[in-house]
Amino acid sequence: MTTLALQNPKSRLRNFVVAAWLGWQIESNWTDPFLFAVYSVVKPISAAAILVVMYSIITQGNFDSPVFPYIYLGNTFYMYVGAIMTGISWTIIDDREHYKTLKYMYIAPISVPVYLIGRGVAKFIVGSISVTITILFGVFFLHVRIDPLAVNWPMFVLALVVGVLMLAMMGLMLAGVTLLTAHHYGAYGEAVAGALYLFSGAIFPLEVLPAYLRPVGYIMPTTYWLELIRRSLVGSVAQAFPTLSGLSDMQILGILVGLTVAFGILSIVVFRWCEYRARERGLIDRVTNY
Amino acid sequence: MDFAIQTEKLSRIYKIRGGKKSEPKSLAALSDINLEVHRGELFGLLGPNGAGKTTLIKVLTTLLAPTSGQAWVAGYDVAKDPEKVRPRINMVSGGESSGYGLLTVRENLWMFSQFYGIPSGEANRRIKQLLEIVGLADRLNTKSSDLSTGLRQKMNIVRGFLTDPEVLFLDEPTLGLDVGASREVRRFIRQWIDENRARTLLLTTHYMVEAEELCDRVAIVNQGKVLACDTPASLKRRLQQDVLFRLETSPLNGVGAEIFQSLPGVRKVTHRPQDGFAVLELILEEDSILSSVVNAMTTANICIINLQKREPTLEDVFVDLVGRSMEEVESSEQ
Repeated sequence: MTTLALQNPKSRLRNFVVAAWLGWQIESNWTDPFLFAVYSVVKPISAAAILVVMYSIITQGNFDSPVFPYIYLGNTFYMYVGAIMTGISWTIIDDREHYKTLKYMYIAPISVPVYLIGRGVAKFIVGSISVTITILFGVFFLHVRIDPLAVNWPMFVLALVVGVLMLAMMGLMLAGVTLLTAHHYGAYGEAVAGALYLFSGAIFPLEVLPAYLRPVGYIMPTTYWLELIRRSLVGSVAQAFPTLSGLSDMQILGILVGLTVAFGILSIVVFRWCEYRARERGLIDRVTNY
Repeated sequence: MDFAIQTEKLSRIYKIRGGKKSEPKSLAALSDINLEVHRGELFGLLGPNGAGKTTLIKVLTTLLAPTSGQAWVAGYDVAKDPEKVRPRINMVSGGESSGYGLLTVRENLWMFSQFYGIPSGEANRRIKQLLEIVGLADRLNTKSSDLSTGLRQKMNIVRGFLTDPEVLFLDEPTLGLDVGASREVRRFIRQWIDENRARTLLLTTHYMVEAEELCDRVAIVNQGKVLACDTPASLKRRLQQDVLFRLETSPLNGVGAEIFQSLPGVRKVTHRPQDGFAVLELILEEDSILSSVVNAMTTANICIINLQKREPTLEDVFVDLVGRSMEEVESSEQ
């Protein structure tokens, strides 16, 4: 009996869950559990520690300034950008070049975007572990003042959900571009994540950028996402910075949702176009062996 | 007529760039391919490496867009309705070790079955059954990275059959397998197609024996073109009015096989040097021509060690069509 898995919501959900399961198997089994735990803890704390040391030297240890939680939280939540966006696009390289399974995914009756986003779930989980550990480390050891009773939890959860969706869609766009490129261009994801770091107000307000570069930051949804996350966690401290201080939480949320939808549509269009080109050029099962 | 696979003037041209400034070169991997594969048929594509067999499979499995022409699989246009083709097909490529090494054999296969919407219990039942058939049942819980290349290849073959597709594409399925494993796989392929005549299988190979043993019909392809298409028996019948001889001789010592080719009545000669001797395959118009070949050899101081008259094979059909053996074609294109 031939099994026809139609592209209905139930099939899509199953594809998503199986892809997420696969992603987690790959993510959590690449080394032994102890090393995995150490890597998950040490890596994010080290990244934060570098920033803290730099900040400490520049400000001569002024941890009471609102700049510190602004930088610390911006940097911490930015980990999601690398994890989700780069993670989803890297799946193309991983499946095509390493596991040589991408062609089998492409001939299967699945939605490849759903599969790719499903693979990103594991990256989101690992990213969440890193973010949580880094925040706890900051609160307990680095004077980052977050009062759990003052946190706007509904706004935080909403911002996180919208942000993760937005990053997944941007990851999909990068995955499309990766389909058209050779193995050594797998660093695109990291390059884009690095560039966005500058233009998203992660560790400094957009006003620091030259005036002609600021518009790039204003059209990036990550700018509004990080601002909303900071506002929901540390409220007034974040509002003290000039970039988006004229906008209310709801206005920022509205812009974030609007940009997420716009980038989501753009991502689907770009991904489908790249897929079309990859099929025309015979790139779906290409192994570049770099 | 109910065709499982049909192509009409199907062409695929690759553009190859030599350097940034140079003009791209065109390489025709497929040229005006017209094929009709009946439902229930085990159809073979036989040709040397680089003949276009894999390109054709890529087009038919929706991985690659054709440059021109049309192709239908299970009644659907591969370019216009790929999402209707995909639930009805599967593919296995030989000679590669694809799969997630971190997963066990069962996990790898189960995961793919889920993408085809097979209920988990049914998938596990099929996995066990198929692994037993290919002799891999004891490796069910072995990580696929711990399998040898041959066993990984068997796991991939199971992945192809697991979804019980209407049309299955096997691209060199026994490449890299040892003789025993190849035989087992061939036996299973034949059994699978014989069990249910609604199934169709397209197999590419450059092993003549495989095509001869397995296929209901064979298309001989070279340089992106179908040179002949018929049952193996009918293809061989083309040469039945000819006479075929296999000669083992002393080394030709610089004498080209062409001097025999130019003799009247000699249709084709292929020459293959081996350890300390040479093998010549002759296609002659009639028995009596052999004496002129022997005379020419004597004149050239070539000793005949062994001489054998034999029945035509698909290899001979290929030589007759292309003018060279498949081995010669492959080595000249490397």
